[in-house]
Amino acid sequence: MKDIAELLRHHPFAEGLDEDTMALIAGCAKNVVRQPGDYFFREGAAADSFYLVRHGAVALEAFVPGRGTFTFLTIKAGEILGADWLIPPYRSSFDARAIELTRAISFDGKCLRDKCEADPRVGYEMMKRFIPPLLKRLQSARMQALGMYDAANA
Amino acid sequence: MPQTLKACATLPHPMAPIMTPVTRFIRESEEVFTFDLAPEQVAPFMPGQFNMLYAFGVGEIPISISGDSHAPERLTHTIRAVGPVSAALGKLKAGDRVGLRGPFGVGWPIQEYKGFDVLLIAGGIGLAPLRPVIYWLLRHRAAYGRVGVLYGARTPDDLIFRAELEEWRRTPDFQLGVAVERAGPEWTGDVGYVTPLLSKLRFDPADTVAMICGPEVMFRATALALEDAGIADSRIFVSMERNMKCAIGHCGHCQFGPHFICKDGPVHPYDRVRNLLSYREL
Ligand SMILES: Cc1cc2nc3c(=O)[nH]c(=O)nc-3n(C[C@H](O)[C@H](O)[C@H](O)COP(=O)(O)OP(=O)(O)OC[C@H]3O[C@@H](n4cnc5c(N)ncnc54)[C@H](O)[C@@H]3O)c2cc1C
Ligand code: FES
Repeated sequence: MKDIAELLRHHPFAEGLDEDTMALIAGCAKNVVRQPGDYFFREGAAADSFYLVRHGAVALEAFVPGRGTFTFLTIKAGEILGADWLIPPYRSSFDARAIELTRAISFDGKCLRDKCEADPRVGYEMMKRFIPPLLKRLQSARMQALGMYDAANA
Repeated sequence: MPQTLKACATLPHPMAPIMTPVTRFIRESEEVFTFDLAPEQVAPFMPGQFNMLYAFGVGEIPISISGDSHAPERLTHTIRAVGPVSAALGKLKAGDRVGLRGPFGVGWPIQEYKGFDVLLIAGGIGLAPLRPVIYWLLRHRAAYGRVGVLYGARTPDDLIFRAELEEWRRTPDFQLGVAVERAGPEWTGDVGYVTPLLSKLRFDPADTVAMICGPEVMFRATALALEDAGIADSRIFVSMERNMKCAIGHCGHCQFGPHFICKDGPVHPYDRVRNLLSYREL
C-alpha cells in the first residue's frame, strides 16, 4: 500500500492531493506493467479500471472495417488513460495498446466510485483532476476532426 | 520591433517575372513537392520571405522560400498542390522554367531575438516557411537559448522533410516533437493535436519567442496555448496567408484590416492581428 502511495505521489495526477485522500485512493490501486503490443483494454469490454501512466506510451486505437486499425491519440508518462469507468454502462469505447514497455498505476473503477460516493470531497478532488485533461482532449479531438492542417486561410 | 528585409529592391522591375530554371525536383509526399531554382540574379532573403512563382499560362502564386538563407543562389520552395497553379508547378521537372519575382515581405524576427529560447510550431505545409529559421538556428546555435520545434501533420505519409526530421531529432540541444492526427499501428510516435506536446518542451516563457506557421484555425489555437504557457502575445509571431496579386503593396488584394499581408507581413506579431482575426469578414 505504502509503495502505491509513493508511486502515486510522483504522478502529476496527485499534485496537491492531501495525504489522507492519497492513502484512501491508493487503496483502490495497484502497479501494472504492459509489454509493447499488450492491451490495457479493448473496445466493448467492461471499463472497470483506469490508469495513470508512469513510463512508456499507449496508443488509443479504433478499428475501421475495410481500412484497418488507426491510432487517434497517444498517451504518455504523466497522463491519464481511460475515462469510460466514470459513466454507465462502464464500457470501453476503443482499444488501448502499449507501444513501448509501459508502467502504470491501475485503479479499480468501482472501488474509486464507491469512495467518491461516500465522500463527495474526494469525488470533487477526482473530478478536478479528470475534467481538465478530458476537456483538453475534447478540444484537440475537435481540431483533429476539422482536419485543420489541410485548411486554407485565404 | 525593427523589421528585417522589406519588399524586394533587387529586381529590375518588381512586377516582371524572370524566367528561372528548375535545378532539382523532389516529391515530399503525395501532395507536396520541393524544387530548387537557380536565379540569374542572386538576391539575399530572410527566413519567412516569399517569392511569386508564375506557372506559364496558368497563374502566379506566393510561395515561401523553404531553403537556406545563407545559400540564396539556390532558391528552394516547397508546395502543396491544392489548385490550378500549385498543381501546374507540381508537374515541373529539372530543366523547366518558371517565372520568379521576389523575395518579398517581412520575415521571421530571428535576428531581433538573439539570446532568447525559440519555439517553432508548424502545421502541415507550415513547416516549409519555418525550415529556413531552423537552418538559421542550427548555423547560429550559440546565439540562442533552448530551441524547440513542434510539427503536426495529418498522417505519417504526409510528413515532409523526413530525412531532416530524423537528423534534427538526433541533433543535441534541439527539441523536436512530431504529432500526426491519425496513424496505422506501425507508427510509434505521437498521435494527437500538436499543442499538447508543448508541455514536453523545456523553455523559459519570460525569455521565449514563438513562431507559428500553419492554417489560421491552427495558429489561433496554438497562440492561445502559448499564452497559457506564459509567453507574451507580442513575442508570438504568425505567418498570415491571403490571396495576392502584386506582392508589393499596390493592388490591395491582400489587405487585412489596416495591413497589407504582402508588405507588412506575411509574418506578424500576434498582438497586432489577434483582434482582426475575430472579424470573419476580413
Ligand atoms: C505569403 C504566402 C506564402 C505562401 N507559402 C506557401 C508555401 O510555401 N507552400 C504552399 O504550398 N503554399 C503557400 N502559400 C499558399 C499558396 O499561395 C496558395 O495555396 C495558392 O492559392 C495556391 O494556388 P492554386 O492556384 O494552386 O489554388 P487556388 O485556386 O488558389 O485554390 C484552390 C483551392 O484550394 C484551396 N486552397 C488555397 N490555398 C490553400 C492552402 N494554403 N491550403 C489548403 N487549401 C488551399 C482554395 O480555397 C481553393 O478551394 C502561401 C501563401 C502566402 C500568402
Ligand atoms: S498583393 Fe497587392 S497589395 Fe498585397
